[in-house]
Amino acid sequence: MNNELLSIGGIYLVTLVLALPLGAYLARVFRGEKNLLDFLRPVENGIYRLSGIDARREMTWQQHMVALLTINLVWFLLAMLVLCTQGSLPLNPDGNPSMSPDLAFNTAISFLVNCNLQHYSGESGLSYLSQIVVITFLQFVSAATGIAAAVVVFNALQTRTTEKLGNFYDYFVKSLTRLLLPGSLLIALILAFNGTPMTLQGKQELISLQGDSVAVSRGPVAAMVAIKELGTNGGGFYGANSAHPLENPNFITNAVENIALVIIPIAMVFALGFYLKRRKLAYMIFGVMTVGFVALLAPTVYYEMHGNPAIAKLGVDQALGAMEGKEIRLGAAASAYWSITNTVISCGSVNSMHDSFMPISGMSQMLGMMTNAFYGGCGVGLLNFFAYLIIAVFIAGLMVGRTPELLGKKIEAREMKIAVIVTLLHPLLILAGTALTAHLYAGNPTEYSGWLANPGYHGFSEMLYEFTSASANNGSGFEGLGDNTPWWNISTGVVLLLARFLPIVGPVAIAGLLARKKYVPESAGTLPADTATFGVMVLAVIVIIAALAFFPALALGPLAEHFSLY
Amino acid sequence: MKQNLLPAFRLTLVLLVVCCLIYPALVWAGAQLAPAGGQGETISHNGRVVGYDNVGQNFTRPEYFQGRPSAVDYNAAGSAGSNKGPSNPDYLATVQARLDTFLVQNPGITKAQVPAELLTASGSGLDPHLSPAAAAVQVARVAKARNLDAAKVQALVTEHTQRSAFGPDRVNVLRLNVALDALQNR
Repeated sequence: MNNELLSIGGIYLVTLVLALPLGAYLARVFRGEKNLLDFLRPVENGIYRLSGIDARREMTWQQHMVALLTINLVWFLLAMLVLCTQGSLPLNPDGNPSMSPDLAFNTAISFLVNCNLQHYSGESGLSYLSQIVVITFLQFVSAATGIAAAVVVFNALQTRTTEKLGNFYDYFVKSLTRLLLPGSLLIALILAFNGTPMTLQGKQELISLQGDSVAVSRGPVAAMVAIKELGTNGGGFYGANSAHPLENPNFITNAVENIALVIIPIAMVFALGFYLKRRKLAYMIFGVMTVGFVALLAPTVYYEMHGNPAIAKLGVDQALGAMEGKEIRLGAAASAYWSITNTVISCGSVNSMHDSFMPISGMSQMLGMMTNAFYGGCGVGLLNFFAYLIIAVFIAGLMVGRTPELLGKKIEAREMKIAVIVTLLHPLLILAGTALTAHLYAGNPTEYSGWLANPGYHGFSEMLYEFTSASANNGSGFEGLGDNTPWWNISTGVVLLLARFLPIVGPVAIAGLLARKKYVPESAGTLPADTATFGVMVLAVIVIIAALAFFPALALGPLAEHFSLY
Repeated sequence: MKQNLLPAFRLTLVLLVVCCLIYPALVWAGAQLAPAGGQGETISHNGRVVGYDNVGQNFTRPEYFQGRPSAVDYNAAGSAGSNKGPSNPDYLATVQARLDTFLVQNPGITKAQVPAELLTASGSGLDPHLSPAAAAVQVARVAKARNLDAAKVQALVTEHTQRSAFGPDRVNVLRLNVALDALQNR
């Protein structure tokens, strides 16, 4: 049991040791300085030439956003087209059918926004063509979109006064060629060598040892799983995601996948410090994020390793902890660790079933998504944090009676309005969505009985989790929810869209507005943003917003369930 | 928007080639060098493939070690967990029923000896492993059904226990059962 605790500590340490140099490397890449993979420049130039893009044309923040939204629209249409017709397209050895329009809408949106609310099951819901051309493709480009948007903010936070913030396509393509593609290739090969399939052959039919006939799903799994983790998307090849023994064959692959899914969000924080040459700021941000992360991690590991009290009452041996929905080769501690990393960073891949976790663990997972800024998704986590940072600067400025400033730029009414809208949008979408759905359900429980797999408080938690997951662009679920219905497909689809693009456009807009302002050199009158004191301030803002907004809903679900069990 | 549409479209086509053709092809080529050639490792017995190393199977007969409960009856083409919440009364009744069944099938075993992982469904429904304790409580039953010495069966379990410096110790159920069959064929 103790070696399980040690190994999750080890996983976290390795992540940090790798994230620091990766952050330094990313800063060099996006500053256009000499770096390890410069030999790929001809490839990038080839991509620009074939696409008719001038990667040196500098863009304003508005031009960045138009470019970003336009190409996202193209991807959405491509995904819809393929998903709605996959049944009659090639590379479909298992003969899986085309998707219904509402399911295709939800799936296309979901992966477009770097989420993975999978209202289908991979084995029977997607052809291999869809797995590659829709899912794998969107896992690459949506992650690169988030990183590119974060780099626009990096660029804007420099001390100069400018409208020109680099080229979107340049940031976007480099995120792919310098980070996501090489990284995924490495991870995919590690997985393949540990037994994850990488084949275009369909199911294998065989007779089991006992004599039953069995069909085993295979597929181009390794390539997809690598980018699913590295791009913080999380959409599994198989229905059971990384709990599936072919998708995550052993403890080594588990560690590799777990490190992959959290490394870019952490590295991006360090990259910010290196890029702006403000490393103390990066350490402050990292510190705040880590405190939040550990505060959610500790209770989850504790409750999972101590097992379910209702099962303990049966008088059986629960030495391994709460094992419902978990796998023997991974164990309770590594499952708990994974569940918190993937909820704080909006990845959404699971190696155990969150629906069966203890109530406090489920609440910690939800809180990870509700704050959505403790490391956060690929690029976008930092954007969410940036919105909190603006609010903290403003409140701190008011408290000490100084003009609120961030990195030498004045924060004024316009920036504040945007930051508040972005921050409050998230609780609004989650709570309004859950309330509306709970109202529908309560009005006619028999008609909607297929929605909930569990009665009582836990049923409410399932609904709350789904909207939280959609709004955080996370994608994991309390999967007992019968969510492939028009209501769930469309409502969560709309939430996904709003919760992805407003929190990208908002922070980029703030940064763009700040970049235009005059730089005021720091003086004795400046409130420094890179101190521990200010870190406490940011943490307080995050906790107050999350606690005040979500506590009542959490009290109805996980908290009530906890007190009914213990 | 207009001046972005054409580049966006062309860039998408180029990236489709890079991410969906070149990248998977490289992974595929690399996987050919892997032990199972990217097909997933299989286990053979008496010259026929009886299953995948990493995909659990349903065992119901007393002479075989049984794996963990599965929410999908070990359907290897439709993995899933039970998604039952910890306080769900129907679920807890199911766990109780599994316990009762297990105690009937394994006379001489007391409740306190039964590890909870034998009563709870795995995450994938395809968990290929058991904990050593969950195998040990089945030794007496298996030995009796096969007319073997219990010590011999337990030795086989110990031999098949994979110890890990990181995760929990585990026993691959299919490999163990194949070894049992092989033992008796000899």
